[in-house]
Amino acid sequence: MIKKIWKAEIIVPVLFILIDILCFILSRVSTGFLVEQVSVRFIRNGVLVLSLILPVVAGMGLNFCVTVGAMAAQAAYIISLNHNLYGGPGVLAVFVMTIIFNLIIGFVLGKIMNLVKGKEMVTSIVIGSLSNYLYQLIFIAGYGTILPVHNENIILKNGVGVESMVDLKTYKEFFNSFGSVKVAQIPISIFLIFMVFLLAFGMFYLLHTPFGKQVQVMGYDEKKAQTLGIPIDRYRIYVMIASSVLAGIGQFIYLQNIGTLNTYTEHLNVDTFSCAALLVGGASIRRANVKNAMVGVLIMHTLFVVSSIAGQNLFANTALGEYFRSFVVYGIITFALIMNLRIENKKRMTG
Amino acid sequence: MIRKNLRLPQLIIAGFMLCLFATAHMLGFNMKTLISTSFTKFAMNGVMVLAMIPMLKAGAGLNFGLPIGIISGLVGMCLSIQLRLSGMGGFFCALLFTLPVALFFGFLYALILDHVKGKEDIAAIFIGYSVIPLMDFFWTVAPFTNREMLYPIGGSGLRPKISLENYFGSVLDNLWSFELAGLTIPTGLLLFYSLIALLLFLFFKTRTGEAMEALGQNEDFCYLAGIPVKKIRHLAIILSTLIGGVGIIVYAQSYGFVELYNGPSGFAFPAVSSIIIGGYIGKESGVFQAMLGTYLYQTIYLLSSPIANAVLIPELSEITRMIVTNGIILYAFLQQNRRKHD
Repeated sequence: MIKKIWKAEIIVPVLFILIDILCFILSRVSTGFLVEQVSVRFIRNGVLVLSLILPVVAGMGLNFCVTVGAMAAQAAYIISLNHNLYGGPGVLAVFVMTIIFNLIIGFVLGKIMNLVKGKEMVTSIVIGSLSNYLYQLIFIAGYGTILPVHNENIILKNGVGVESMVDLKTYKEFFNSFGSVKVAQIPISIFLIFMVFLLAFGMFYLLHTPFGKQVQVMGYDEKKAQTLGIPIDRYRIYVMIASSVLAGIGQFIYLQNIGTLNTYTEHLNVDTFSCAALLVGGASIRRANVKNAMVGVLIMHTLFVVSSIAGQNLFANTALGEYFRSFVVYGIITFALIMNLRIENKKRMTG
Repeated sequence: MIRKNLRLPQLIIAGFMLCLFATAHMLGFNMKTLISTSFTKFAMNGVMVLAMIPMLKAGAGLNFGLPIGIISGLVGMCLSIQLRLSGMGGFFCALLFTLPVALFFGFLYALILDHVKGKEDIAAIFIGYSVIPLMDFFWTVAPFTNREMLYPIGGSGLRPKISLENYFGSVLDNLWSFELAGLTIPTGLLLFYSLIALLLFLFFKTRTGEAMEALGQNEDFCYLAGIPVKKIRHLAIILSTLIGGVGIIVYAQSYGFVELYNGPSGFAFPAVSSIIIGGYIGKESGVFQAMLGTYLYQTIYLLSSPIANAVLIPELSEITRMIVTNGIILYAFLQQNRRKHD
C-alpha cells in the first residue's frame, strides 16, 4: 500500500510534466518567455500553496479555507488605503493586520474543524463560500453606510461600496525601492523573493521539528497520537492558524507584486488552484511536503501559461485551452480525492 | 406532526420570510404579483430539490453532484431544440432525450461514488465541478446546426444562453393558468411539479423504495437481509440524476433560456440548502420537507431582490441569498456531528 502511494507521488508529476512539454511544443512560445512567466508566477503563488501543507499532514485534508486567509489580506489592504496609509507605514499596517486577522480566523476555523471531524474538507468549502459572501457584504454594502469612509478614491461614485478595482501602486513601489529584479518587464522585489524562500525553508524546517513530527503522527493515525499523549484538538487549531497566516502572507505577496486589487474576484479560485498545484506536485490528501508544493506550482503555472496558446494554435480557439485548464484543476482534485478515499475505505474494511 | 416537522432552522427562516413580507408591504410593493411569482419560483426550482431525496434516503449523502443531472437535462433540451420541436411536444421530447443521457451519466456517477462511501459530499462537489469544463468541450465542438443555438458571430459552438421562445418556453407556466383574485396561478407548472413529487412519494411506497430507505438507515442489516445493496444504491443515484435532469428542463421552460457552459454550477448549493431548510437535519427527508424547504428558500430570494433594489444596493439580494444558503449548509454539518456524538 505504501508503495502504491509512493508510486503516485512520482507518476502524477511526471504525467503532468509530459503534458506541459506537449503543450509547450504546440504553443511554440520561446523558452525565455516561458521561464520568465513561470518564475514571476512562482514567486506570486508559492506561499499560498505552502499554506496547504500543514492541514494535509495533520490529517485534515485539503484546506479550502485558504480563501478566507486571502480575503483577510485583501481586507487589510483596503482598510489601510481607507485610512490613507501609504508607502512604508502602509505596508507595515497591512502586514500586521493580515497577521492579526488570520490569527483570529485560524483560531475560529480550528474550533469549527474540531466540531466537524471527518468532514473537514467539505466544511472548509462551505466556509470559504460563506466567507466570500460575508466579505462582499462588508465591502459592497458596509463601506459608506455603517463603516466610515476616509478615502473617497477607493469608494464607488454613489458613496457606497468599495470600487471593484483598487490601485495598490504605493505599496508596490515601496517594496521595489529595496531593489528589484526585472523578469519579463515585471519588477519583483528582492525582499519578496527572499521572503518566499525563507517561508519555504521555514515550512521544511517546521515539518522536521518535534511539533511537525507529532502533527504527522496525528495525521497518520489519530488513535496512536492519542496514546502518545499528543493534544490533538489543540494541535489542530495550531495547524489551522498556521495555514491561515501563511495564506494571508501568500495573498499579501501576490497582491503586492500585481499592484492592483480586483476587490471582489481576486480571492476566487485561490483555493482550488493552490490545491491542484499541490496535488500535481505529487502530494495526496494525506501526504504533502515542501517539494510537492514547489514542484506543483512550477508545473501548474507552466500549464497555465502554455495551454491556452496551445489550444489557440491547435484548434484556433482559445476557449478550449481555458476549458482544459479548469478541467485539470478540478479533475486533479477529484482524482486525488477518489483515489485517497478509496484506499482509506479499503483500509477501514480490512483493518 | 407539526411540532415534529418544524425545527429551529425552519422557524428562523419562516420568521425571516415574514419580516421580508412585512418590509415589502411597507415599501408598497404589489403583494399579489409577489405571491403569484412565489408560486412560479417554488415550482420551477422544486424538481431540482426533489433530486436530493433518493440519494439522501439511500444514505449516499447530499447530492452535491447535481450538475451531472442538470447536464443530462441540458443535452436533452439541446437535442429537442436541434430538431426544432416546439410546444408541449418539444418539452416532452426533451424529457425523453434526457432519459438515456441521465441513465448513462447517473450510472458513471454511481460507479465513482462507490469508491468514496461515507464521504460522498466532498467527492460529489468536485465531480460536479470537473464535469462542467468537460462539457464545455462538448458544447463547443458538438455538431449542432440550428442557427438559433450557435454563436451569432465569431466563436464556435453553442451559445451560452439559448432562448426557448420559439420552442417550449413557458409551456407549463401557461398551461391552464388562470387568474384568481388578481393572482396568476401557473396550474400546469404546479401540476407537473406535484406529479413528479407524487411519483417520488409513491416510489418510496414500493418494495424497491422501501429497500432504499432501509439502506439509508442500516446498510449492514440490509446486506444480511439479502437486499442487493449495491444495485439499490446505484438506482438511487441514477434516480437522483434523472430527477435533476427533469428539474433543469422545468426550470428552463419557466426561465425561458437554456444556460450552458457555467450554467449548471449554481444550482447544487441552493438545492442542498433548500432540503436542509425543509428538515433534513431532523433526519426527515421526504417529499413534503423538500417542498416546504423549496418554498421558504425561493420566497426569501424572491422577496429580498426588490427590497435590495429599494435600498439602492442591488447586489445585496444575491449576497443575502448566498449567505443564507451557505450558512444553512454549515449549520447542518455542525448539527450532524453533534448528533453523532450524542
